[in-house]
Amino acid sequence: MRKYIITIAFLFSVIFVIISCQNQETIDLQNYMSNGKELYRTKCQNCHGENGEGLGQLAPPLTDTLFLKTNKTRLACIIRNGIEESIVINGKTYKEKMPAFPELADIDVAQVMVYITNSFGNNQGFVPYSKVSIQLQNCK
Amino acid sequence: MNKIISSIAICMLSIALLSSCKQDKKLPFYGERHAETVRDAAGVEKIDTVYQTIPNWSFLNQDSIVTTNKATDGKVYVADFFFTSCSTICPTMHRNLMTVYNDFKTNPDVMFVSHTIDFKYDKPSVLKKYAQKLGVDGDKWQFLYGSKDSVYTLAEKNYLVAVGEDSTAKDGYIHQGYLVLIDKDRRIRGAYDGTKEDQVEQLKKDIPVLLTEYKK
Repeated sequence: MRKYIITIAFLFSVIFVIISCQNQETIDLQNYMSNGKELYRTKCQNCHGENGEGLGQLAPPLTDTLFLKTNKTRLACIIRNGIEESIVINGKTYKEKMPAFPELADIDVAQVMVYITNSFGNNQGFVPYSKVSIQLQNCK
Repeated sequence: MNKIISSIAICMLSIALLSSCKQDKKLPFYGERHAETVRDAAGVEKIDTVYQTIPNWSFLNQDSIVTTNKATDGKVYVADFFFTSCSTICPTMHRNLMTVYNDFKTNPDVMFVSHTIDFKYDKPSVLKKYAQKLGVDGDKWQFLYGSKDSVYTLAEKNYLVAVGEDSTAKDGYIHQGYLVLIDKDRRIRGAYDGTKEDQVEQLKKDIPVLLTEYKK
């Protein structure tokens, strides 16, 4: 009888560990989302709008999921260094320069990127800070 | 019974008092004011209050056309100070002002005037591109370019909006984000923070109030 209880308890703890491991990513995602939202509000919202709707042809909307997906590895660099080349978003060309945000630390870039790619109708999941850090080292 | 009648009477009385207090809403006057002795039509001397007004001005607009106060004379208009490369408050200001512009697009008595404070870069051609990209066409919303001196003096002395160059600021300039409401007699009748949605909503409510002042 005692053996049974110990085995069951052991099994439970193993299951619990597995579940909490999976949850760590969800917790991180939530963390990034809430910090990213605050950063977005102070750094991005002026031009890109509260709901990522953009501003006329001055600032592109952030709702082009396809663009975000195909440029996944470039997003961090764009957030940190701005962009001067013209880009096509939702079929429209945008030529205005985006300013750089050198004051953003790697973790800030990661959080705001995760927020954008999981808001405004985008749902691209979690990207850890370590990955973003590597992307930022390889910016052109 | 008597009690009921008297309480009803009190109610009626207070309602009458309250409703008689109601007047036509008027907007306040901003800025300096002084008293002046004037003669009215009958030649009788009386004392009148003189309010601060916007002086004559002349700038180049987004079409490189010399534009003066004649464009806004006899109109209610909203003025603000911005620059095209501003990445802080200006986009929000103009996003909000755009909603006001759309509301009063068809009203010939309302105009919009945006002065650039970036005298180095914001030449009329740059302003034109900016206006088009913002989604503004035509001359109802003027984007004006002028010398540093003329624009900065107008901003600080007349529209009461602080502007300035600041090498430590991110984009090189600092300024307040007020949308200033001017009446048909060039007097300042309101100042609204263009970055705050509730204040911009108030502006939308105040423009018709100002317009009805002139309907008599």
